[in-house]
Amino acid sequence: MFTGQQIVTELERLGLTHVVWLPDSTLGQWEEALGASQALKLIRVCREGEAWSVAAGLALGGARPVVMIQCTGLFESGDSLRNAIFDYGLPLFAVIGHRSSLNPAATDSARRFTEPNLKSWGLDYRTIDKPEKLPELAMFFRSCRDAGRPGVVLIGEGKM
Amino acid sequence: MSMSLVESLKVLHAVRTPGQVVIPTMGSAREWMTLGTHPLDFIYAPSAMGQAPLVGLGVALAQPERQVIVTNGDGCTLMNLGCLVTITAAAPRNLVLIVCDNSVYEVTGQQLTAAAEPARPGAPAVDYCAIARGCGFREVFAYERLEAWQAEVGRVLSVSGPTFVLLSVAPVPGGAVPKSPAPAPQRAIEFSRALQSAPLTEAFN
Repeated sequence: MFTGQQIVTELERLGLTHVVWLPDSTLGQWEEALGASQALKLIRVCREGEAWSVAAGLALGGARPVVMIQCTGLFESGDSLRNAIFDYGLPLFAVIGHRSSLNPAATDSARRFTEPNLKSWGLDYRTIDKPEKLPELAMFFRSCRDAGRPGVVLIGEGKM
Repeated sequence: MSMSLVESLKVLHAVRTPGQVVIPTMGSAREWMTLGTHPLDFIYAPSAMGQAPLVGLGVALAQPERQVIVTNGDGCTLMNLGCLVTITAAAPRNLVLIVCDNSVYEVTGQQLTAAAEPARPGAPAVDYCAIARGCGFREVFAYERLEAWQAEVGRVLSVSGPTFVLLSVAPVPGGAVPKSPAPAPQRAIEFSRALQSAPLTEAFN
């Protein structure tokens, strides 16, 4: 749906400093552009829960990180997400690939459980499921940053 | 052979400089709090078990001129061995990861970890230092005796990391889950402010 350069441009404009990620096949296509960015540092983790904790440390240290993972990794992230966002009140922001969400016929349980999962955490989110909705990423990030609250952007994945 | 957890932490406490960050968790957090308070202490309690080294990694990357010391448990380490790979991929020269190995889950009543020799019929205890080396830690140290740790702590903290330190410690009888010394969100704000205003670590200036 987006090129890596489009995403990098958006993240750079927002003043972000670190992308803490474990990619899926959609987000993974952005690796070259993310790695080439002079403003963004790409931090690779081994399991998605780690991403929230690294981002927490970065935020505490004055950096401006974004977590970038797939929705299956969101499911894995529970305890670290809980700790960083709800124990310590850190307003972390994440871009999460919503696997199979663009395929109405998909029986993928990852598609079905993503939004209920975010709702159960009480995490506000926006869905970007069309190329023309990309500006919503920046708008939503700014609204979360200004309000000092966490947020998630779901990136539609599947058929386009 | 093992040393007292409290005594081993006292060794670290005695040499800690004003600009260094210390992030203790689980048993080491409980005991570190008894040694005093410091604005650059981030007592990682409440915790997400296994995540303290990653929080430390984030701080170390955000503040590369400041040394960050994480004291972790062996049970915590086992819960997230992948963090060793994540740390060495990011290669922070200012991160020191100390694992206090007592071979048990102390705060839940001292049940054996799966890495402890008695829990592994026919297999030796897990070699954390070998794992750390295999993951690419630049410096790996191990101490079973307090005197040796005391003699070398200065050198351990002066080398360029990422650094891995294994301290063999005895379980603390009745050692309880550490309690947050103040509301956690308030501590996060105060720690963040301190991080961004405190003098840098002397060794990394």
